[in-house]
Amino acid sequence: MKHSISKWVLPAYGALALLILMIPIGYTFVYSFNDSLKSNITWRGFTFDKWLNVCNVQNGAVCEAFGNSIFIGVVATVLATTLGTMIAIAMVRYRFKFRSQLSLFLFLPMATPEVVLGAGLAAQFLSIGVPKDMLTIILAHTMFCISFVVVAVKARVASLDPALEEAGRDLYGSALQVFLRITFPLLLPGILAAALLSFALSFDDFIITNFNSGAVSTFPKYIWVSAARGIPAEANVLASAVFILALIVVVTVQVSGAARAKRLEKLHQAGVN
Amino acid sequence: MTTDTFAESGADLELVGIHKRFPGFTAIEELNLTIPAGSFFALLGPSGCGKTTTLRLVAGLEAPTAGRILVGGTDVTNQKSFQRPVNTVFQSYALFPHMTVLENVAFGLRRRKMADPLGKAHEVLRLVELDHLASRRPQQLSGGQQQRVALARAIVNRPALLLLDEPLGALDLKLRRQMQLELKTIQEDVGLTFLHVTHDQEEAMTMADTIAVMNKGRIEQMGAPQELYELPRTAFVANFLGQSNLFTGPVVNTTSAGVAVDVAGHKIVVPAARAHRTTGEITIGVRPEKLTLHSTKPTHDADVNVMGPGRVTDVSFSGVSTQYLVEVPGAGTLIVFAQNMTFGSDVKFGDEVWVSWGVGHGFGLDDDPADAPRFEADFDTRSIAAQRHLEGA
Repeated sequence: MKHSISKWVLPAYGALALLILMIPIGYTFVYSFNDSLKSNITWRGFTFDKWLNVCNVQNGAVCEAFGNSIFIGVVATVLATTLGTMIAIAMVRYRFKFRSQLSLFLFLPMATPEVVLGAGLAAQFLSIGVPKDMLTIILAHTMFCISFVVVAVKARVASLDPALEEAGRDLYGSALQVFLRITFPLLLPGILAAALLSFALSFDDFIITNFNSGAVSTFPKYIWVSAARGIPAEANVLASAVFILALIVVVTVQVSGAARAKRLEKLHQAGVN
Repeated sequence: MTTDTFAESGADLELVGIHKRFPGFTAIEELNLTIPAGSFFALLGPSGCGKTTTLRLVAGLEAPTAGRILVGGTDVTNQKSFQRPVNTVFQSYALFPHMTVLENVAFGLRRRKMADPLGKAHEVLRLVELDHLASRRPQQLSGGQQQRVALARAIVNRPALLLLDEPLGALDLKLRRQMQLELKTIQEDVGLTFLHVTHDQEEAMTMADTIAVMNKGRIEQMGAPQELYELPRTAFVANFLGQSNLFTGPVVNTTSAGVAVDVAGHKIVVPAARAHRTTGEITIGVRPEKLTLHSTKPTHDADVNVMGPGRVTDVSFSGVSTQYLVEVPGAGTLIVFAQNMTFGSDVKFGDEVWVSWGVGHGFGLDDDPADAPRFEADFDTRSIAAQRHLEGA
């Protein structure tokens, strides 16, 4: 008796937990097909219109906010990934003064509540007289993304055998050639993971952005503002599109990774020995 | 020396007054060494003796605190690693995991913009019999194959000097023996100068023309393997290169032919030509395989040293030979290797035995057995400052 209970309790509990997690996502997706008028709360019938005319509502405000978020995300990711990678390499490969203090300073933005960070930054921008616009958002996002990039890339650098770089130098590679042909390609998986994380953090961010954006609208900010008077179904369309895109990327990576592992295994069996 | 041409043949390596200090300790103290062109030179020593540091200095991966490094007569001390006509086979092989075997081998050629890098890479891969695996990734090869790729990647550049950092350490015994012979053959084929760092004395003796035994940052003794084995100069060499029976005692009589030493009442004679010191308290020795066991006291012979009676405290059979430990009162425990010429052995545990050896086999050491450590860890600020300055440069 006891056995049969434990057999279904855990799977049922797991399924329930997943279901609860999926409900908001499912709701967003389903209501992107709602033939809504002003607010998108009650179901009024199925339509593809919102997907087809996503930028035509409110003079394209949804799309403009979405475009801003993409732009900010890309620029902040490029900046944070470049700077963060350089910091990570320096921290693992070299011994310098205040190295351990640097590590603490990089950790602080991750530990500080976003409200405090956002408000603090806003106050600084105000006191040095920088007007709040796209630039201040990008600066703010780059700042908090760097910490995450450093953490992700540092682990990769630490696992890189220094003898590989030495071998590159020994085989007539100048410092730049060794970096471009050995260090960088070997760090690339870590750097890409860090870049994806940065983009996701930047694209998502509402609190810090809200403090430092002035009149510029981003996707999270647009949704926050429009939530008061009913979020248009077009927002659901964009959110669903992002979700589906991310899903496709993850599945592709997993499938190609599995195929690659299988191929390697076959090669191995085919005759190393 | 330019790096955009192949070296015609190996170049000689000269180290002049090399010192290397790391903050807090000295790795190399006053090292002077000349390795003639085309030779297979082994640097042998225990871990921490400074041999790998020496190799890294020559490769340009570390800078010496003082001294000069010359390759083929050209001072390369201030050249960067990638400017030196030197290549290294790393202990971990350090093959680039993101490149194929072929691209690994062609890497150095491409950096120097040599013509037909892939053709030359294929050629050297044929030499190490791995051309059929050229399109594999290094991690798809076995340890022995990776080792051969690492070797190919270095020799394809025809360096004036090839550095080998314990390249066979990760291989199993059988493969290691096979690779030792292959490496030696390749060295003779390509005629390059090989500098091989190892802690395996058997490997050094099998492969090298010349061995330098290194200890605590200095070279203890240098010479042909046979010379080092038959006539070690210090107790360290006598025990690191094979095993030795060493005795200490005062010199009681010196003639032109031999030096007689009193060892716990036994008069032991060493040929004068094989003794580094001839007065006072000296240490003499003999190799275990030179000893013969007797179950009765041998008759007196001026050309034979006899010790005994002693007692057999251990017998261990190892196939080719049997090792006996014989406790001689006052003289300590002697190791005796006896070839297994007959079935079984006549000497058993606990037997009373005499040990003898021809006078000509003995040797007299140069050093005092009670030598203090060569140098202590140094914390003096000047040497640390010198090191800091170098690293900052």
